[in-house]
Amino acid sequence: MNAKTDPDLDAMIHAFVDGELDAQGEDAVQAHLESDPNAAQRAADYRRQRDGLHELYDDVLSEPLTAEMRATLNTPVGHRRNSILNAPVWRMAAAIALFVAGGVGGWWGHDVTTPDASNMTAQSSPYVSRAIGAHVVFAAEVRHPVEVAASEEQHLIKWLSTRLGRNVRAPKLAEAGFELVGGRLLPDDAKPAAQFMYENQTGQRVTLYVSLDGAPADTSFRIIEQDDTSAIYWLEDGLGYALAGDLPRKDMLKIARLVYDALIA
Amino acid sequence: MDVRHLIASELPRVRRYARALMVGDPHGADDLVQQTLERALERTHLFQPGTNMRAWLFTILHNVNANNRRKLAARPREVWDEDVPEAAFAIAPDAHGKLELRDMARALDQLPREQRETVLLVSLEGLSYKEISEVLNVPIGTVMSRLARGRDRLRDLMQSNPITPTLRRVK
Repeated sequence: MNAKTDPDLDAMIHAFVDGELDAQGEDAVQAHLESDPNAAQRAADYRRQRDGLHELYDDVLSEPLTAEMRATLNTPVGHRRNSILNAPVWRMAAAIALFVAGGVGGWWGHDVTTPDASNMTAQSSPYVSRAIGAHVVFAAEVRHPVEVAASEEQHLIKWLSTRLGRNVRAPKLAEAGFELVGGRLLPDDAKPAAQFMYENQTGQRVTLYVSLDGAPADTSFRIIEQDDTSAIYWLEDGLGYALAGDLPRKDMLKIARLVYDALIA
Repeated sequence: MDVRHLIASELPRVRRYARALMVGDPHGADDLVQQTLERALERTHLFQPGTNMRAWLFTILHNVNANNRRKLAARPREVWDEDVPEAAFAIAPDAHGKLELRDMARALDQLPREQRETVLLVSLEGLSYKEISEVLNVPIGTVMSRLARGRDRLRDLMQSNPITPTLRRVK
């Protein structure tokens, strides 16, 4: 079917389809196509590819720009990097916008994943897989899920803050139906990390992992999947956070939002 | 129209190209567009009025994408649970024509990146060979050979796609 053809003729067919030829060249190719069904078929196939690509992707043209793109377009250049984009208020607004979008329908995952583009590439996530591992191991633990129970919350927070050298907090997640079970100290690539565990009334558990393995720049939410467990992770103020659980994405996001809001409050 | 408005007006095109370029990863595609946008706004002083804004943005996108690939080479692979291929190929398989389209998205995904870039810039974005040689920073001859190989490969992939054998056209 695809018999090898003269490469020069081939190039002419492409150029013909793409409007790269002058009138004389077009006439010549047109004349040739009329006497060479094989070549005519190629030209038709290339055109159909073009039409197919438009049919596949032209819908993108009418999609509204993401909130982040709009914000970037509306922000004077000199202000973007150092103040507005990285300011908590802006980020919170962005996060809220993402979740508002999230309520609407199937497209929310789309927006949620939009990180601050400046650090999309800088962000790496080795701690995230450790967070998932810690979740898998300890969330399944019946008798000793935590080192320090929520009944000693103040002690837990003080202890973990001391060990991490940073003030850590265990956000309230009651709004999502989850209560603090407690927490533990974990090794995180030769550094200490904190894990808080939460449980709801049906015994489902989520864990919040706080790593010193942050980066200078903050990011918005990103999601990673490993078997049945997913983690929503982000960097904020030099710390890496990962919320791990086996819940549906929608529920995970709701909790992540609570955590996020509590931490920047 | 000032440069910023010019950029804004071309952004949907850039987005369409990124979406097609990164088959199956609409999130990554928007990340790429966002980075391109930021880079472009930082460099508006380098844009020469009267030249082709669209090609300029595609050039920036191409360079950003190349940088990203270098930086990301060592990163762990991230997997999205919402059926990534289906998001890209979300076309109801209810008509022969539509099925062929879905085959096309799959076939596109199987093209080597250089060929995919070239095919998309020509066939989807309608850039001239000369513009593309500037965007990709390769000679026109290279553009043409990538285009020829990419299109033929796409043709073969669509004809030999085993997913919908019953709907293959009979010749």
